[in-house]
Amino acid sequence: MPYYANIAVSILFDGLAYAMFLFIVSVGLSVTMGLMGFVNLAHGAFAMAGGYVVVSLTRSLGIGFVPALVIAAFAVGAVSVVFERGLYRRLYKATDLEQVLLTIGLAFMAIATATYFYGPIPKSVPLPEWLQGDINLGFRSFPSYRAFLIVLGAVLIAVLWYAFERTNIGAKIRAAVDNRRMAESVGINVDLLFTLTFAVGSGLAALGGGLAIQLFGLSPSFAVLYLVLFLIVVAVGGLGSFKGTLLAALVLGIIDTAGKYLYADAGGFFVYAITVAVLLVKPAGFYGRE
Amino acid sequence: MAASETINPQRKQARERAAAHLLSRHHFHWAEALPWVIAIAAFYVFPDRMTFGNQVLVMVLFALSLDLILGYAGIVTLGHAAFFGLGAYTVGLGAARLGWTEPISGLFAAALISAFAGLITGWFLLRYRGLTLLMLTLATAIMLQEAGNLRSDFSGGYDGLPGLEFKPLFGVFGYDLYGRTNYVYALVVLAVVFYFVRRIVYSPFGQALTGIRENVRRMHAIGSPVHRRLVTVYTIAAGIAGIAGALFTQTNAYVTLTVFDFENSAKVMVMLILGGTGRLYGAFIGAVVYMVLEDHLSKLSPTFWQFGIGLLLVLAVLFARRGLLGLLEDAGKYLKKKKVQS
Amino acid sequence: MKFMRWLGLAALALTVGSTAQAETIKIGVVLPFSGPNADLGHQIDKAFDLYIKLHTKDIAPHKVEIVKRDEGPPTGAVAKTVTTELITNDKVQILTGFVFSPSAIALAPVVTQAKVPMIIANAGTAWITNLSPYYVRLSFSMWHHGYPMGAFAFSKIGCKTAALAYTDFPPGKDSTEAFKTGFEKAGGKVDLSIPMGSPAQVPDFTPFFQRIKDAKPDCMYVFIPSGAHATGVAKAYGELGMRKAGVKLIGPMDLIPDNKLQDMGDAAIGTIVMGNYAVDLNNAENKAFNAEWHKAYGKDSYPDFMSAAGWDTMHAIFDTIKKLNGKVEDGSKVIDAMKGWTTNGPRGKVTIDAATRDIVQDEHAMEVIRKPDGKLGIKVLGTTKAVKDECKVQKIGRCGT
Repeated sequence: MPYYANIAVSILFDGLAYAMFLFIVSVGLSVTMGLMGFVNLAHGAFAMAGGYVVVSLTRSLGIGFVPALVIAAFAVGAVSVVFERGLYRRLYKATDLEQVLLTIGLAFMAIATATYFYGPIPKSVPLPEWLQGDINLGFRSFPSYRAFLIVLGAVLIAVLWYAFERTNIGAKIRAAVDNRRMAESVGINVDLLFTLTFAVGSGLAALGGGLAIQLFGLSPSFAVLYLVLFLIVVAVGGLGSFKGTLLAALVLGIIDTAGKYLYADAGGFFVYAITVAVLLVKPAGFYGRE
Repeated sequence: MAASETINPQRKQARERAAAHLLSRHHFHWAEALPWVIAIAAFYVFPDRMTFGNQVLVMVLFALSLDLILGYAGIVTLGHAAFFGLGAYTVGLGAARLGWTEPISGLFAAALISAFAGLITGWFLLRYRGLTLLMLTLATAIMLQEAGNLRSDFSGGYDGLPGLEFKPLFGVFGYDLYGRTNYVYALVVLAVVFYFVRRIVYSPFGQALTGIRENVRRMHAIGSPVHRRLVTVYTIAAGIAGIAGALFTQTNAYVTLTVFDFENSAKVMVMLILGGTGRLYGAFIGAVVYMVLEDHLSKLSPTFWQFGIGLLLVLAVLFARRGLLGLLEDAGKYLKKKKVQS
Repeated sequence: MKFMRWLGLAALALTVGSTAQAETIKIGVVLPFSGPNADLGHQIDKAFDLYIKLHTKDIAPHKVEIVKRDEGPPTGAVAKTVTTELITNDKVQILTGFVFSPSAIALAPVVTQAKVPMIIANAGTAWITNLSPYYVRLSFSMWHHGYPMGAFAFSKIGCKTAALAYTDFPPGKDSTEAFKTGFEKAGGKVDLSIPMGSPAQVPDFTPFFQRIKDAKPDCMYVFIPSGAHATGVAKAYGELGMRKAGVKLIGPMDLIPDNKLQDMGDAAIGTIVMGNYAVDLNNAENKAFNAEWHKAYGKDSYPDFMSAAGWDTMHAIFDTIKKLNGKVEDGSKVIDAMKGWTTNGPRGKVTIDAATRDIVQDEHAMEVIRKPDGKLGIKVLGTTKAVKDECKVQKIGRCGT
């Protein structure tokens, strides 16, 4: 393959895999923020929790990596309902600042708790044979794990898109994001809807946390380390927008990868430059409501 | 006009009380002396802990600058560390590269440069609100940090600018190991800046800011130059944050690029909300409670202290909605009511 | 019977007490116990605790009292505050720990003014020891590993061209600079130099490595902080199939910290590093050290090069206390007593260079292998004896001042 085509393929492939991770974690955050205007800075803590559940399941119980991911997503999603009902619910009418304080507090507690149970040493997971090494597609080879990430991401996007755009519940969520009072007045139980999306969002975050172990390693600080990145995806995509989050994850993932590949000296710069550029032009993000 | 004369005496009385309250609001209340008395007492009670005390004062000043924009004008930002960092690097680079080691002129230079940065970024960014503004301010701070790292030959990068030496204050008071000079220096600077901020808050300009915070549309409707006022207060707050940063560098004799961290912006915001926004003294209570607790917990358990801090924040939200200062006010009101009843 | 034993003990205590004035020496330990680098702090702290537990009797009748503080993030600010207070408030007589270079850089004026000896157990930026006459370092400088690796890579591993990839902060630049100096002196050529983001976050290494893979150098010299980053490097390297593509992974030992090596999997096999320690180093002291470690912390817990440096650090402090008979009030006497100190520790023979107060130690080129018991381990390919910090030997940049 010619040199430049090879580079382009590398960037697209790695960027796509990275974008899938960003999307999976951020989409839940976007919908909860869009639906209730709730600023949930503990979202990263749910991702971290998911990661540790996967570590425990695979290491201590010997469960396979993929089933462990699924279990972690459901477990964390279920537990998140307890938090939503017990704590978050009391603050829906509160100001953003109070929500920030509560959720940052929760994230701190989560970090200390994870350190207590798992220690500060970064954890990794044993991967099945078929996710190690690389696969050859004829013209060149690709890392299998990243290919898996892309495929999984694509499947999730299809499922979520269907649920969001084609089902009754999805329509209700979209209606509630657009105009909550109106939705309530036509008899949609927004509270229940929110609990549901919160659980799904947290479950997806947990799934993302599990998937991230192979990319970044997992330590308790995961709860806050990548939080800024998720918030950027949400802001650039537009609050509460499924399409927007996907587009933002793709753009940021691919541009970040390209920046690192082509001009590593200013690697971290590009994500923020793009964020500023997009938001200056479209303050509500790609698909947010102005 | 006649109607107002026939108004019933009770309402008239209430109106007069309100007017008197408005007129006397800016008078110093005796309770306001309390934090300063405590700060001075701390100097004599904990003479060996002045290095820590000094860090607390710097954070109080930083939180105070944030209160001006967050508490009074309602501007929510996650990039306030940008101005703190600019101030810190103004005196740091001044001392390391230009040999400018006079501390007080350094403070003014830092204030000017940070304020200028506040003016430019504020003019662009304050058209936005909410999450958009959060992300834009955050990105600004991080881009400054990245720029510093790109030119680490000049900025010192993450290893920082080591061995900074500043001239003694007024050519007389040198810096001692116990940090006592630093503490007094920081306290005096804080007091001067505080007086200035207090004047702003109770001026018509300050009232206009509160108006913007409470109802932007109405302020627009009555012809108030909203954007210009927001930019003005943002510039002032940036300048004060710059002074805090400069104090930080001077009293630490060291600075690294981590002053621009997201964590720094977030922490000062958490402290302020914890103490109570829009109350001037919230910055004092928040920074002191947060840092003293952090200090104690991290001695008690160097590994798990974050749990305690997290719990404090959660409890504060659940039981002290308007910050710790709000809690104190409620307690005060409750006691007063009890007194009246009995 | 019991009473008699008590009486005997009391008599013993009395005689000991009367022959020597028993001193309690306060030692301040400053390490990152929280935050993303907490793991590094704990590796050293465990070694400190273990040494103190096993060797308290060595300094009898004197005792040590340990005061631990969190070093915080690598900003210098927290470390400076807590350390200053250890001096002014807790009145410690000896300071030790210090994982981050910025902490040591920020503290130099404080320590010099207070005349308190500070025994650095990790911070590796080369020129730190020049900053204060009260600094002694028992860990390493980035040049200890990087510089000899240059020559070794060229002549023994067969790298004619190399790419550098490093975490973009001073130790990273220091380490790659050291390698480059040695490598180019030997005749090698550096093709590519890639900074890989700040140390705060573990990045996705793939784009950086992909670019190196496309440039096809013989070797890739990687520096990353030895915490969470290390596992990420091995994984990205393995995923991209770089070994198959003919790019060898080399670097300082931070690439394969012993406590994370088992997690790295097959991808790590064949990695060649230069370093001063590995649990598989074959010497009696190291075997004893490992045995005690497993006894204290379990069979799945491993010491790493940081722990080994921590162990030697506490050893040096204890020997100095013994030598001065507990009289450690005068900081400059403590420093003088440490100059030229030497021992056979887990890392082999180490000496404190009297001129620079920095460590002199053996450097081993080590290759990661799968051991017969199925675990990952290392094989020593070659050893250079008594390596000094080359940066100070050649007086390069700030090392010359």
